Amino acid sequence: MEPVLKVQNLGMNFGGLRALDDLDLDVDKNEIVALIGPNGAGKTTFFNCITGIYPPTDGDVLIFTHGSDRPERINGIKPNRVTEKGLARTFQNIRLFPNMTVLENVMIGRHCRMHAGVLGAILRGKSTIKEEKKAVEDSYAILEKIGLAQFVDEFAKNLPYGAQRRLEIARAMATEPFLLLLDEPAAGMNPNETQELDELIKQIRDEEGISILLIEHDMKLVMSLSDRIFVVDYGKKIAQGTPEEVRNNPVVIKAYLGEEVDA
Amino acid sequence: MIKFNEIKRAFLVSIWFMFLTFPIMVIRVNPVERIVEWRWKNMILVGIGSFLLSFVWNYLMKRKELGVKKTEAGEETGTIPLAQRILGEKRIYIPGLVAIGVFTMVFPLIFSMYQTTIMTTALIYVMLGLGLNIVVGLAGLLDLGYVAFYAVGAYAYALLNYHFGLGFWMALPIGGVLGAIFGILLGFPVLRLRGDYLAIVTLGFGEIIRIILENWNEFSFGPSGIANIPRPSLFGIDLSVHSSIIYIYYIMIALCLFTVFVVNRLQDSRIGRAWIALREDEVACEAMGIDKAKTKLTAFSLGATWASMAGVMFAAKTTFVNPASFTIWESIMILCIVVLGGMGSIIGVIAGALVLILTPEYLRAFSEYRMLAFGTMLVVMMIFRPGGFIPNVRRVYKFEGVKSADKS
Repeated sequence: MEPVLKVQNLGMNFGGLRALDDLDLDVDKNEIVALIGPNGAGKTTFFNCITGIYPPTDGDVLIFTHGSDRPERINGIKPNRVTEKGLARTFQNIRLFPNMTVLENVMIGRHCRMHAGVLGAILRGKSTIKEEKKAVEDSYAILEKIGLAQFVDEFAKNLPYGAQRRLEIARAMATEPFLLLLDEPAAGMNPNETQELDELIKQIRDEEGISILLIEHDMKLVMSLSDRIFVVDYGKKIAQGTPEEVRNNPVVIKAYLGEEVDA
Repeated sequence: MIKFNEIKRAFLVSIWFMFLTFPIMVIRVNPVERIVEWRWKNMILVGIGSFLLSFVWNYLMKRKELGVKKTEAGEETGTIPLAQRILGEKRIYIPGLVAIGVFTMVFPLIFSMYQTTIMTTALIYVMLGLGLNIVVGLAGLLDLGYVAFYAVGAYAYALLNYHFGLGFWMALPIGGVLGAIFGILLGFPVLRLRGDYLAIVTLGFGEIIRIILENWNEFSFGPSGIANIPRPSLFGIDLSVHSSIIYIYYIMIALCLFTVFVVNRLQDSRIGRAWIALREDEVACEAMGIDKAKTKLTAFSLGATWASMAGVMFAAKTTFVNPASFTIWESIMILCIVVLGGMGSIIGVIAGALVLILTPEYLRAFSEYRMLAFGTMLVVMMIFRPGGFIPNVRRVYKFEGVKSADKS
């Protein structure tokens, strides 16, 4: 398999606290990988280290961009540069732009693929108009794909909860990523919405050829979606494998349920 | 219907106020004749006044709550903002625009020189407001030292003229560029700050510029300022005082139109969207591939450019600059224009500048109560119209092309 992301020996210290310790993880092309673990295990910290919000203390984050097999190290570069390189993420607690319309939210995702500067904006030449028009069209197309086209002119803050989660995914897709990082995409969704999300994520992988790395607590969703699962606890990787392997792994069961005590 | 409850409530409020103001409004000790005067009349006035005010207040509050409830229930209230309705109706909008245009063009011809000067001042504030609107309204960066850039422009013209004899038309672009440079200078150290911290640092920056101007005598001639700055010339011809005031008025109109044009275009562009996203959520903004540093610096430097050009204009209009014109109070005033007018809304900011600058001029008779009225207006506005006079209306995009393309 052709890898797109390879994380080696990643470590992150917050003062004396070792939040991540010697973590390895890799995602292959067209693969859905899940990262699970109990609360506070360091999953979101892991995402933040990859996407440049925190610079990792040690280890390597390597990406393999389209077709090249020479890895590129992206530790510690700024979040916007990471996004430009093709990693897009969503947030655990929804972080949309509440007072912008749904379309504008997606158009922000297009920002890093556009070029008009201050002068271009003021003079509004042919290329700028063309670029703007294309951005509107592309964004609308993404909204249709995600199933939010009916909300296009609505303010993001007025959307129902499930739709807000989907809009975050749409906005991330607009940055043209090769790897989508989803931080608890199903949190707070009802079973129906979760089912739709399941289909949506598969559709993104199959139709767009985007690999997906997700953090999720909904085990039903994780088991149904993932090709491989990584389990972390206290910042360390405790298991990895297919859903079947992970489900029956005694270490994982111990981490989630605690040890059995003989009465 | 007026309910008994409401009357009772207003009555209680008036009693409470009569009690509160009793010591200052009713009792007066006359030390000469050694008697205490009891001014019961004042108490009655306070009572009646607070009764009526509390009535109005309750009524307005109720109306506001009703509106909130309706929007929460998701009903179409039919109360599209007035401004939006006017803008949507071409039959009202175009003649209205023409009327305003004609009025502004003939204004200096019908009205006195005094009126024209006041209007020019108001227009300078329109420009300042629109510039600050980029920083505060669009990018959401609270800048309390905006007047510093205004000072940069004014002193740029004054000093360039004093030392090198540069004229107004040369100084205007140079002032703008200098403003942009100062904007970036301020921008760099505050890139990591936001909210209150940013406000404090910008406040400090504004004061630093003023204090430098006040104390560095060799450079800026200290508190006595620089006098005899020439008014703008018309193709090398020096105009009389009267005609040059009219000339400055027209230059100001042109500059304001230019500002509106530029700000409007910026707002609806890639850069403008990035500013708004920055205001809404910095972390998400960065994660979506927007360069936070670059976006903030652009906002600061563009905002400063307008302030600086307004400063050049100010120096040319008053022909005299000194540090006393660039106090913190000016910054607050410009901020009030933006907030009261409507953050991010171009028409709102123009309306805000005209109201805030012209009203005190025309109400000179009540000048003692100016600050009182100003304060009251701010409080009332923030409670009943937090969006400002004319809140911003977001652009709605059209998709006919896209939809038909899907069908084929």
